[in-house]
Amino acid sequence: MKQFLVFVRKEFYHIFRDVRTVMILLLMPVVQIILFGFALSSEVNNVKIAIFDPSKDHATQLITERISASKYFKVVKMISDPDDVESLFKSGKANIVLLYSEKFHENLIHTGHAQIQLITDGTEPNTANAVTRYATNIIMASQKELLQSQVPSVTRPAITSEIIIIPEVKLLYNPQMKSSYNFVPGVMGLILMLICAMMTSISIVREKEVGTMEVLLVSPMRPIYIIISKAVPYFVLSFVNLTTILLLAVFVLGVPISGSLFWLIFISLIFILVALSIGLLISTLVDTQVAAMLISGMVFMMPTMVLSGMIYPVENMPWILRLISNFIPAKWYIIAVKKLMIQGLSIDSAFLELGVLFTMAMVFILISLKMFKKRLA
Amino acid sequence: MYSVTADNLEISYGTVKALRGVSFQVSRGEMFGLIGPDGAGKTSLFRILTTLLLADAGSATVDGFDVVKDYKEIRGRVGYMPGKFSLYQDLSVEENLEFFATLFNTTIKENYHLIKDIYRHIEPFKTRKAGALSGGMKQKLALSCALIHKPSVLFLDEPTTGVDPVSRKEFWEMLKRLKQQNITIIVSTPYMDEAIICDRIALINEGKFMQIETPQNIISAFGKKLFAVTGDNMSRLLNDVREMDIVSSAFAFGDEHHVTLRNPMLDHTDIEAGLLEKGCSNIFVKEINAGIEDCYMALSQ
Repeated sequence: MKQFLVFVRKEFYHIFRDVRTVMILLLMPVVQIILFGFALSSEVNNVKIAIFDPSKDHATQLITERISASKYFKVVKMISDPDDVESLFKSGKANIVLLYSEKFHENLIHTGHAQIQLITDGTEPNTANAVTRYATNIIMASQKELLQSQVPSVTRPAITSEIIIIPEVKLLYNPQMKSSYNFVPGVMGLILMLICAMMTSISIVREKEVGTMEVLLVSPMRPIYIIISKAVPYFVLSFVNLTTILLLAVFVLGVPISGSLFWLIFISLIFILVALSIGLLISTLVDTQVAAMLISGMVFMMPTMVLSGMIYPVENMPWILRLISNFIPAKWYIIAVKKLMIQGLSIDSAFLELGVLFTMAMVFILISLKMFKKRLA
Repeated sequence: MYSVTADNLEISYGTVKALRGVSFQVSRGEMFGLIGPDGAGKTSLFRILTTLLLADAGSATVDGFDVVKDYKEIRGRVGYMPGKFSLYQDLSVEENLEFFATLFNTTIKENYHLIKDIYRHIEPFKTRKAGALSGGMKQKLALSCALIHKPSVLFLDEPTTGVDPVSRKEFWEMLKRLKQQNITIIVSTPYMDEAIICDRIALINEGKFMQIETPQNIISAFGKKLFAVTGDNMSRLLNDVREMDIVSSAFAFGDEHHVTLRNPMLDHTDIEAGLLEKGCSNIFVKEINAGIEDCYMALSQ
């Protein structure tokens, strides 16, 4: 037992005496959460909007007012000629242009048809999409307001009520469409995977590379204890990271933990075990730190980012990629975290994910223990 | 009972045969030297004996335990210092020693008397990181770590490679004193003349033992007069010497050439005369006693 404790202490010395390791372990989660949470969000703010308003009546003024009052839009120009649109986009002065039809209010009241055209820059489809969505929402809301205020004075309420079709999209769980709701589970999966798999494999392979493994093996300490004591510090640090991420998520990004904290931590620990055992497995396969880094980076990190559903939805992928994604531990973890943390569902709904992760942990641990060599070759 | 035995050990990596049938016995408390150049198979032999590698053929025992079957027993009893510096560079001298002491279920205090002689050289630097030590101090620390659990057999793979001459001499003195503790020492070195301290040495070349003898016997078995030759333009001189009919062998040894003759009746004057005839200048020839390296060269021819 004393052997074990001294070994673990030695491992912590290695970690805390290497500035780079400390940075990766403790700062990276913070940086990633903040990066993904703010910089890489798909929310769009301060959209530059230009408006062409030939009617200049009550209705168009109301809509324009609503738009400029929104925090998403900044009205940069009122244009007088619709031919200016292209030059606005080319010079980058506007991201979106809104064009009212002529006699807007009159048409709306009498025929029930008034036209608004939204033009956006399609070279950035995601932004264009988000921007039109915001604008449409504002227009819909204004339209409703307009018609309601008209009802008492309008003589033909039947017609107006007939043409008002307001598509109401309500987003459950994430009403403001905050991208952090999507990224926090993803970043949790990514960071825990990175720290456990990569750092563990590198630290074991380093002993092989510098030759200390030779001396460790020729000692009474059993190889399995060597491995366990190498993994323990990373297990502890992952737990610290998990705490940091959750704290940042709740207090900085404002993502709530709607479900049971206990089960969230429980499933995270299982996922950490999976990642640790992958790290052990890598360390039994390679002999240099560079190789360990490449394998954990290319073979495990890339698929984790791309196929886990963190960035791209898995459902939209071709069947072969969907099939592969089932073998990515982070995918199951992210689904479970979304259920437990964001949706606030009970653990019953995450049994499948829990089971898959648990099985993966067992399989990887068994394989890596089987592969661990008690000799050099 | 022998402390270490090896019987016809063979090992190969791919098509390269690193050991081709090596057998020897080492008695308790004996200092046994493995002498040979890089790639002769010394490290492979160490790794087999320390249970780190499995031999392709043959068997070996350490302290009476089989290196394959009873590897766990052996791993607690031996001290092993690999050729590459294998301590933690980012741990201090004291932390390294403490770690290895605990790893072997002992404490520094318990066996301090064993390492005192060696450790006191580096004790003033005990808070320094092992990576910041000089080559000689690193080896002393590594030896201390390998000794801290009072091993019955100590395996030292090229402990003096990359160490300055003064530290090298010190190191061998320490080994000599360790013998009094009744620890069997198996040590390898490419510096052949250091091996004279060993009780017996094995000359190893291309995976085979050429001879196992006491250093004195190996030297006295040399059986030929040996001459050291120096002069201007040493590389031309070596060619000239080799071209002479009376010369049996000639090798460059540091700043002189060691030469043996075919006819035991001839003398250093004959070499001088021959070389002057070839137009060499500043020639100086003297008869010397053979060293281990001369014997090695003669054997490996």
